[in-house]
Amino acid sequence: MPTRDRSATGQVDAIALESVHKWYGEFHVLRDINLNVRRGERIVICGPSGSGKSTMIRCINRLEEHQKGRIIVDGTELTNDLKRIDEVRRDVGMVFQHFNLFPHLTILENCTLAPIWVKKMPKKDAEEVAMKYLTRVKIPEQANKYPGQLSGGQQQRVAIARSLCMNPKIMLFDEPTSALDPEMVKEVLDTMVGLAEEGMTMLCVTHEMGFARQVADRVIFMDYGQIVEMNTPNEFFKNPQHERTKLFLSQILH
Amino acid sequence: MHAASQSPWRIIYDLRARAIFYQIVCAASVVLIAYFLFTNATGSLARQNITTGFAYLSREAGFVISQSPISYQPSDTYARALLVGIMNTVRVSILAAFLATVIGTLVGIARLSANPLLSRLAMVYVDVLRNVPLLLFLFLWYAVIVTSLPPARQAYQILPHVYLSNGGLIVPALQWSQELTYISLALIAGIGLAFPFARKMRDKRVVTGVERRRWPLVLLAVIAPPLLFFAVLRPTLAMDWPEIGRFRIAGGAQLMPEFVALLVGLSLSASANVAEIVRSGITAVKKGQWEAAASLGLHRPLALRLVILPQSLRVIIPPMTSTYLNVFKNSSLAIAIGYPDLVMVSNTIMNQTGQAIEPIAIFMMVYLSLSLCISAFMNWYNARVALRG
Ligand SMILES: Nc1ncnc2c1ncn2[C@@H]1O[C@H](COP(=O)(O)OP(=O)(O)O)[C@@H](O)[C@H]1O
Ligand SMILES: [Mg+2]
Repeated sequence: MPTRDRSATGQVDAIALESVHKWYGEFHVLRDINLNVRRGERIVICGPSGSGKSTMIRCINRLEEHQKGRIIVDGTELTNDLKRIDEVRRDVGMVFQHFNLFPHLTILENCTLAPIWVKKMPKKDAEEVAMKYLTRVKIPEQANKYPGQLSGGQQQRVAIARSLCMNPKIMLFDEPTSALDPEMVKEVLDTMVGLAEEGMTMLCVTHEMGFARQVADRVIFMDYGQIVEMNTPNEFFKNPQHERTKLFLSQILH
Repeated sequence: MHAASQSPWRIIYDLRARAIFYQIVCAASVVLIAYFLFTNATGSLARQNITTGFAYLSREAGFVISQSPISYQPSDTYARALLVGIMNTVRVSILAAFLATVIGTLVGIARLSANPLLSRLAMVYVDVLRNVPLLLFLFLWYAVIVTSLPPARQAYQILPHVYLSNGGLIVPALQWSQELTYISLALIAGIGLAFPFARKMRDKRVVTGVERRRWPLVLLAVIAPPLLFFAVLRPTLAMDWPEIGRFRIAGGAQLMPEFVALLVGLSLSASANVAEIVRSGITAVKKGQWEAAASLGLHRPLALRLVILPQSLRVIIPPMTSTYLNVFKNSSLAIAIGYPDLVMVSNTIMNQTGQAIEPIAIFMMVYLSLSLCISAFMNWYNARVALRG
C-alpha cells in the first residue's frame, strides 16, 4: 500500500511532505519542500510575504494542488481521488486570515452546518457539540447572533470553534491574527495556546514570535518557496544559521 | 448671520423648502400635461364622431381567438375576449419565466464549471442568445416550426394518434368532465402538499441525522389525493381522438406553433440573462467562502447549495426582477407571430370598434398592475433573504 508511510518508530506521521513542488504557470512557488510532522507536534511557519507559506499549508488540505512530490496526511496520500480528499479534509481543520464565516448563518448554524451535512449528525447533538466549543472559545452567549454583529477577535474564535466541531486531528492556521486590531490578538492567541496544550497537531503561519516561543516545537523559516531553516524556537531565535533568517528576524523583532 | 436668516429671501436656500417646491412643480406639470392630452383627445374624438366609453365591453366580440385556456366563442363578449387575452399573456409569461429560471440557473452554473468544454458551451449559448434581438428570434423560431414541418394533410404521425404538422402538435385528449376538474384540483393540492412535506422530511433528517429516501413518500403525497378522488368519483373516461381531415386535423388537444415559438423564444432569450445574473451572483461571493466550506468537508454541490447560493440570492434577485418584468412585457411581441395575447386581442378590438384609447388604457392598466405585482412579490422575497447583522 503506497499510501501508508511509517517513520522509523513505526508510527504514522500526522503530515509528511516529500519533495513537493508547485508551479503557478511559470512561477515556481514551492521548491522541493520536505517536512514531517509528528502527532501532537506544533509547528510555526514564518517568512516574508510571498514566500509560499500559505500555498504550502493550503496544499495540505488540497485547497491547492501540488504538481510533484507526495503529500501524505494521517496515512492518506493526496491524489486526484475525491474520496481521499474528503477523508483528509474531514481530519484537517483550517482557520483563515479573514475568518471566512458564513455571513447568512448564525454563529450556531456556522458551527453545526458541517457536522449536520458532512457527518450526518443529528441536529441536537451537533448543537450540543457546537455549544461546547463555543464555550471553550468563551463566546457561548453569541450563539444566535450573525457574524457581522461580532468583533474581529470574536469572529476568529468562532472560526476556530467551527473547525473544532468537526473534531479534526490536525489544525492549520494561516495568519489567524494578521487581520485583527492589536487589542484582539491576545484573545485569539490564548485560544490557540489552549488548543496546543491539549495536544492538537498544529501548523501555524504567524509572525507572532511570542506565540512561537511559547508553544512551538519547531519553527520554520521559508523564503522563495523553500524551507530555508527549521529548528527549535530556542535555537531558531538565539542562533539563526542563515543570513536570510537573520535579516528577517531583525526586521520583525526590532 | 442672524440678520440674514431674517430676510424672507433666505427661504430659497432652505433645503426643505426647495424640496417641497420641486415636488409641487413636478406634480403640477404632470397634471397639466394629462389635462392637455385628455381635452385634446376627447375634443378630436368628438369632432370625428367616435364614441367613447366602455359600453362596448358587453357587446358581442364576433371574432375567433385561435387558442384559449377558457371556453370562448365569437358570440361571447369583448370583455371575455379581453380576459382570454390576459390569460394567454399570463400563461406564456409564467411558463417562460419558469423555464428561463431553470435553464438560466443551470447554464450560469455551467459557465463556472472547471470543465472547459462545458463552460465554453455555456458561454457560446449566452453570447448567441443575448446578441440576437428578441423579435428576430421569435420570427426565427416561428419560421423553423412552420417551414420545417409539413402541412396538416401530410402530418407526421410520430406516435399512434399523435400528429406533428405546421399546425402544431396534436395529441389525443380526454373528453373533459366535471369530475376531471375535481381530480385536477386534487392533483394541484397534492403538489402543494408535497413541498411542505418534503421540507418536513428534510428537517427531520437534519434533526435525527438518519438519511432516508425522500422521493417515494413525496411522490405518494402528490398522487394520493387525485387517486383518491378518482376512486370515489369514478369518472367515465372517453378519449377525443384526432383525425386527419382534408385541410386540418380535427379533434384532440393542440399545441399551437405560435405558442411554442413564443414560449421557446421568450424563455431561451431570458435564460441567457438569467445565466449571466446567476454567474455574477455566484462570483460576487468571496472565494474564501468556497474555501471555508471545502475545508469543512463540504463538496462543491453542497457548498453551492448551502453556502454560496443563499448569499448570491441577495445579488441575484434585484436584476432577476427586471428580467421577469421583461419576459412579461416582451410577451407582447406575440402580435408579430400571431399568438393571441392581450395586445393582439386588444388590437383586434380596436379595429372592430374603432375605439383606440379605451383598449389601450385597459391593457396598460393590466400590464402596469401585473408588473407591480411581480415587483412587489420580488421585493418581499428579497427582504426575506436579506442578510441580517
Ligand atoms: N492563484 C495564484 N495564481 C498565481 N500566483 C499565485 C496564486 N496564489 C499565490 N500566488 C503567488 O505565489 C506566491 C506565494 O504566495 P503565498 O503562498 O500566498 O505567500 P505567503 O503566504 O508566504 O505570503 C506569491 O508570489 C503569490 O503572488
Ligand atoms: Mg499568506
